[in-house]
Amino acid sequence: MTETRIERHHYDVVVIGAGGAGLRAAIEARLAGKKTAIISKSLFGKAHTVMAEGGAAAAMGNVNSRDNWQVHFRDTMRGGKFLNNFRMAELHAKESPQRIWELETYGALFDRTKDGKISQRNFGGHEYPRLAHVGDRTGLELIRTLQQKIVSLQQEDKREFGSYDARIRVFSETTITELLLDGDRVAGAFGYYRESGEFILFEAPAVVLATGGVGRSYKVTSNSWEYTGDGHALALRAGATLINMEFLQFHPTGMVWPPSVKGILVTESVRGDGGVLKNSDGKRFMFDYVPDVFRKQYAETEDEADRWYTDPDNNRRPPELLPRDEVARAINSEVKAGRGTPAGGVYLDIASRKSAEEIQRRLPSMYHQFKELADVDITKEPMEVGPTCHYVMGGVEVDPDSGAAAGTVRGLFAAGEVSGGMHGSNRLGGNSLSDLLVFGKRAGGHAATYADQLTARPAVSVAAVEAAVETALAPLQRDTGESPYQLQQDLQVVMGDLVGIIRREGELADALGRLAELRERVAKVSAVGGRRYNPGWHLALDLRNMLVVSECTAKAALERQESRGGHTREDYPAMDPKWRRVNLVCSLDGDAVRLTHKPLPAMRPELIGLFDRAELSKYLTDEELAEFDARTEEER
Amino acid sequence: MGSKRQFRIWRGDETGGDLQDYAVEVNEGEVVLDVIHRLQATEAPDLACRWNCKAGKCGSCSMEINGKPRLGCMTRMSTFEEAETVTVTPLRTFPVIRDLVTDVSFNYEKARETPAFAPPADVAPGDYRMQQVDVERSQEFRKCIECFLCQNVCHVIRDHDENKPAFSGPRFFIRASELDMHPLDTRTDRKEYAQSEMGLGFCNITKCCTEVCPEHIKITDNGIIPMKERVVDRRYDPLVWLGNKIFRRGQVPQTSATSGHSSGAVTTGAAHRGVHSHAGGSHDSGAERQAQQGVNWQREVPHPTAPAVDANGRLPLTELTFDRAAAPSPFGDDVEFPLPAEHLNFAHPQQDEPKH
Repeated sequence: MTETRIERHHYDVVVIGAGGAGLRAAIEARLAGKKTAIISKSLFGKAHTVMAEGGAAAAMGNVNSRDNWQVHFRDTMRGGKFLNNFRMAELHAKESPQRIWELETYGALFDRTKDGKISQRNFGGHEYPRLAHVGDRTGLELIRTLQQKIVSLQQEDKREFGSYDARIRVFSETTITELLLDGDRVAGAFGYYRESGEFILFEAPAVVLATGGVGRSYKVTSNSWEYTGDGHALALRAGATLINMEFLQFHPTGMVWPPSVKGILVTESVRGDGGVLKNSDGKRFMFDYVPDVFRKQYAETEDEADRWYTDPDNNRRPPELLPRDEVARAINSEVKAGRGTPAGGVYLDIASRKSAEEIQRRLPSMYHQFKELADVDITKEPMEVGPTCHYVMGGVEVDPDSGAAAGTVRGLFAAGEVSGGMHGSNRLGGNSLSDLLVFGKRAGGHAATYADQLTARPAVSVAAVEAAVETALAPLQRDTGESPYQLQQDLQVVMGDLVGIIRREGELADALGRLAELRERVAKVSAVGGRRYNPGWHLALDLRNMLVVSECTAKAALERQESRGGHTREDYPAMDPKWRRVNLVCSLDGDAVRLTHKPLPAMRPELIGLFDRAELSKYLTDEELAEFDARTEEER
Repeated sequence: MGSKRQFRIWRGDETGGDLQDYAVEVNEGEVVLDVIHRLQATEAPDLACRWNCKAGKCGSCSMEINGKPRLGCMTRMSTFEEAETVTVTPLRTFPVIRDLVTDVSFNYEKARETPAFAPPADVAPGDYRMQQVDVERSQEFRKCIECFLCQNVCHVIRDHDENKPAFSGPRFFIRASELDMHPLDTRTDRKEYAQSEMGLGFCNITKCCTEVCPEHIKITDNGIIPMKERVVDRRYDPLVWLGNKIFRRGQVPQTSATSGHSSGAVTTGAAHRGVHSHAGGSHDSGAERQAQQGVNWQREVPHPTAPAVDANGRLPLTELTFDRAAAPSPFGDDVEFPLPAEHLNFAHPQQDEPKH
């Protein structure tokens, strides 16, 4: 083996990912006194969190005082079709308000109510106005606030220790390719600086994964290049397990025209503020798509729906505000029925419903984005929108309280989109920003505690590092393989066409065959050029992560014979209460993805008691309902 | 529906490089970043370029397109003529790493030097009360996506590396301004700090930063000028002003910077030559030759010009508060015309070729 220079660092906690969850985890670890490293694939502050527009859901009750954590919990479980890990949903609903208020002490400036509190807005699936927001750039506010909090901690350290980097350091434009183990314990992480291509080794007993999602495996996606499922794949290879990988959220309203902005999201608040969906006949079609489980909460006529915007207490909400998966499916059906726009979407019209000034005031960056990117004036004409791969509900199976990864590995934690369970089969808009904060803090804190409790630091083995170097350099040393760009494109076609929003058994089986072929090809990928800032090489290394995660999704999607939330099977169009009791768990067996069934943890009585029986009967098996009835009987 | 369009893209690293020609297919509705992605997927797989969101929200894909600092994802191809060659170069103010990627760590260093939000000690989380009208002023600056185009275009540091230690740049002036206007920030010396430690006085309000801001933040009008005015308000002393007016004191360029590093940077700059560089050039023929060729972005740059400040180290906001009539000369007020020939920075294209 040739001489390779590797920079070595020692940390207590290494956080991989510098979005909302990663930064919040790092803050917590540093506040616990741990020497913390933040690994960011991009520049500091550019994470995908900036794309979140709508807001952060937290039951603060500032706008409607009837809101509380129980209502939020109910909404979250409903949105996730009761497949959520109930404990995560509970912690999330309880702790979100504190996490949002904390941001204000870091300098965040949310929009205000008249009495000076944080303003909250309506959003799909939330019973009360609940989303703390800053115009429509809430994600940017969140990331900037956390970024600036980290800077302020660094300034404290500078005063105390003479160096900004004394206790918390950001490694920007750095990619981790491998987690290193000592037996079943995390011992470190290996990666490279994107800028120079130089290798870097972190020796650390605790690693927090906060790498976000997997959307780059899809053709039409709102996700940035970073979303290659790195954390999912790192966890798998380290012996952790993934759950719910079949559930992907397709945001109902991504731009479909013009092509340069295909996939970019149009925030749900356009609908919350009065925007309506129309097909090419000009019909407001969502009234035809209200599923039975939601029939009671949604308006049946346009008049009632329109009254709701000004009088939500006495009218039911418009069907445009149904959960995302319902809206995405409705749009898909309209387009398939030939009532779509020329570009294959539907119209989202706010221009005819609000004054130009009001639109510009309520949706400033939306207006700005459309004007600049597409030369479309949303105050004058409707937008063309359609479903876009947006969010993966599935992820690392974690202990709900600590964020510790399940499986055989210890010292590995996960938070944010890379973790699974919190959102069940479908995430409500606004729940992800608060998810990042709640579970980022928990994972960071518990990683620090874990590092404290260790009596001896796990050691990194030389052989593992050498193997990691070899794997990383391989694409540059081959010149016979295919271009990584071609392979990514082929992967996107397979996933987009065969494992997309509407799935069928035959297509999923076909997809698995093609993914196996792609695996052979990816193993032989070659990248031209050198190590210095070479995007082709970076993509070549990301591909194997994308591939293994795609396999998990396709396998789990084939296995789950029902339709629920972000998983729609044309051949099994209904929800099946039996499947609600099952989580599909993926693990790695050598090189192959292994899929097992695992029972969902049962909700505690006082939590299940928050729902009425009529609602539960849509989700639970007869057996579970009998148990519920027996318990209610007992309490009487 | 696609057509072939001509592109010239700078390829290279810190050792040098040049503009390379590409003919690329461009489809309706595409932006410059789409074209760069197509190049990466076809003939230039290792073309280095930063990007993330491709929606004008993250500020990663900053580049210079036909000489103008812009976001690649926000520059529609329809804004160019069909036959026009589109030239894409890296940000000039920061050192090149490779191709279109530059080392922007300068900005992160400045971010660390800017004092953080100072929360009120006696207000518990959840008890913060602010009115919308009061937070809106700071919210304008918090729209910043940190694309650093304002930093790149600012002439105080563009081609003036030596000003970098003493000058934080427009991005961090609006950060200071944002905190200054934050209803609950407890630090009271934001303006003075901006003046003394961040080099606010270097700015002579040419508004280039405002012009390139993709978020349309009124950096100069709403951020920098109010800070300058309030610094003036606090320090303004009519007698001193009158004295300056009458006795024409303080014509030596200087700033009121009080910290060691900033005043040091300015005095070395001024003391070296005593001639403003706009007139003089760097007297380094090698650097000048490179500058003429115009492709080596790492070239040695001309020496700095300190702004023409008054006795209090501030730039004149209006003629009324300045010690001479009309605006300061763009060449520097101490330059006499015609310029001495050796200070001209014109280099004849064939000057180095042997004479026949």
